[in-house]
Amino acid sequence: MAHFDPNAKPFSHKWMNERLGVDTLKRVLSTEYWIPKNINFLWAMGMVLAATFGVLLISGIFLLMYYVPTTKEAFDSVNFTIMSQVGYGWLWRHIHGVAASVVFLIIYIHMFTGIYYGSYKKGRELIWISGMLLFVSFSAEAFSGYMLPWGQMSYWAGMVITNLFSLGSLELNGLVEWIRGDYVPGQAFLSRFFMLHVLLMPLLIIGLIVLHFGTLRLPHVNNKDGEEIDFEAEAEKWKAGQRKEAKVIPFNPVFLSKDVFVMGIYFIFFFYLVFYHFEFAMDPVNFDPADGLKTPPHIYPEWYFLWSYEILRPFSKDIGLIWFGFAQVIFMLLPFLDRSPNVAPANKRGPFKIWFWLLLIDMIGLTIMGKLPPIDPWSQFGTVFAYTFIALWIALPFITKMEKPVGGK
Amino acid sequence: MKELKVLAVVVFFTLVTYWGVEPFAHSQMHKHVEGHDFAYPDINASGVKGNAANGKNLIAACTGCHGIESQGMKAPMDALASSAAYGVNPPDLSNAGAVFDEKFLIAFMQNPAHTAKAKPNFAMPPSASSAQDAADIAAYLKSIAPKEVTPKEAFVTACGRCHADRYGKWTQIGDVPKTKSNIKTGNDVELAQFKINLAKYQDKLASYMGKLPPDLSIISRARSEHYLKTFVEDPQAVLHGTAMPRVGVTKEGFEKVYAYLESTGDPSKAERERVGPWVLLYFVIFTLLAYGWYKSQWKGLK
Repeated sequence: MAHFDPNAKPFSHKWMNERLGVDTLKRVLSTEYWIPKNINFLWAMGMVLAATFGVLLISGIFLLMYYVPTTKEAFDSVNFTIMSQVGYGWLWRHIHGVAASVVFLIIYIHMFTGIYYGSYKKGRELIWISGMLLFVSFSAEAFSGYMLPWGQMSYWAGMVITNLFSLGSLELNGLVEWIRGDYVPGQAFLSRFFMLHVLLMPLLIIGLIVLHFGTLRLPHVNNKDGEEIDFEAEAEKWKAGQRKEAKVIPFNPVFLSKDVFVMGIYFIFFFYLVFYHFEFAMDPVNFDPADGLKTPPHIYPEWYFLWSYEILRPFSKDIGLIWFGFAQVIFMLLPFLDRSPNVAPANKRGPFKIWFWLLLIDMIGLTIMGKLPPIDPWSQFGTVFAYTFIALWIALPFITKMEKPVGGK
Repeated sequence: MKELKVLAVVVFFTLVTYWGVEPFAHSQMHKHVEGHDFAYPDINASGVKGNAANGKNLIAACTGCHGIESQGMKAPMDALASSAAYGVNPPDLSNAGAVFDEKFLIAFMQNPAHTAKAKPNFAMPPSASSAQDAADIAAYLKSIAPKEVTPKEAFVTACGRCHADRYGKWTQIGDVPKTKSNIKTGNDVELAQFKINLAKYQDKLASYMGKLPPDLSIISRARSEHYLKTFVEDPQAVLHGTAMPRVGVTKEGFEKVYAYLESTGDPSKAERERVGPWVLLYFVIFTLLAYGWYKSQWKGLK
């Protein structure tokens, strides 16, 4: 039975502590949450992502006040009401649009950092898996948001992506109609994606972010050398004042101070894009209102989906869908496909080093080919990149199985 | 600095990706059309010199269909009746001399459909019997045109009878009127009447053109400036088979039209350019302070 001091003043430190354990919380989540010292700025990407998500949430709330989710009014509510009638509406919209694109850039940097340093192994599997679930839910959030301005690309991308659910030769057209609530994207479709975008997906994302942080707390953050650190022993050194000798630092304020600095640099870059270079995040095609009688000459997803789109494109309908499905789940399985016990930077891991850089270059190749029109030679390059992607993932268990142990640990 | 090397790698791959999906991909997606800066090289100059006074005497050839409001000549029919007769409302010519190319006008009056590269059912018939007559009328139109037209006037003269610009409150039959609804019923009869007229006009226009020409409210964000420039200069060269005629604007005329399109398509541009530097300055100061905090926290750690 807990003890409650009857004389404690309401909301005083003691009163709060007895009810909420604020001191314990602060210790566990902040001042005695130990982070290795041996890190670089890439370790700040998590906080950069959290901040960008916050920016998306806040700007989204402002946009939600004026957005009208009907097929008749959606386009003008975004392009006229928000852009010219609402004070600083243009700013919120450009922030939201640019953040939606940049958040994926940071997600990819964050992911490839994890792959490079092997931060998905030996107790860190759930960090990786919850992170990939976040990637999937961010993708759904981005896609559903892209439907909302109800421009040509909203409409036709919605058409193409929902068509995928007919699963090729299975021709499950009934399922596609059930998802759309209509034969073609219409009011029911827009209302559903509006709900997904402003309620269900954000709830899911917030939950997953909490889970992602949770999975991080016990295994702790990895470090630049993949060194296994005895966090208790190193923490004792820190608490004893051996700031130089200890291999760890507290999350707050030491790690945070660097995070905030990196975030500052990031926000200079971010707002430069918002004010002077926002076009890349707002496709011109989507400034034509949705028109079911006029298919745009080129339909392509936003840049962050292009690599998986390009795995779909080079193949025949059914085979393409199978490899597309493969590409969607394969990253999730990384902790189990990498059979080497080594936790070390890719550059110290022999064949895995080549694997890592090939994967990165291959995915950039797929991304670029995914946007180019499917004509020669681009479609041939695309096919090569797609086969390379598949081959890389099939080869992964074999090359990591043969990997020699790194270091003495 | 090791961290700067890592940053360089990240920036390098980011820029390669950006280059591939933006400038490079777009260069491959759209065929590049070289413009001629509204010189209309396919139209030969007539070589005759126009006389504005003669042109004034010949203007009845035009005012059977067109109005010239600035000279007190009203159009013989209103927009709706014109669209019933011709499919489209002929433009008022008050500003024509300021917006359209003189060489183009001279060729156009003699052979409208051919000069406009339009469909054979083009509404305007050949209206000048000789190059001299055409040159005289063109000189007259130029003499009565104001020295400077506003962007909106240029848009209305060159584009406004086929294209609406709803964000600019412009319709094919004129500005949306400022009306009041009846406070007892909530009805706005005058506006409803206007909408009926507009709907009727648009129906006629759509059957004349084959489809309703698009609203141009934010076309400046849907198409690049280069695209619009080359398209307006010679629609068939950019979009073969389009119903849009070549309208024959001058370079300055196009710049005015584009200024109008940008004002309705990107109305926040001025404010964006005003606010941008302050926001960036804020984050530069933020970053400097954060750097100070970071250095003080990490002092003596390594």
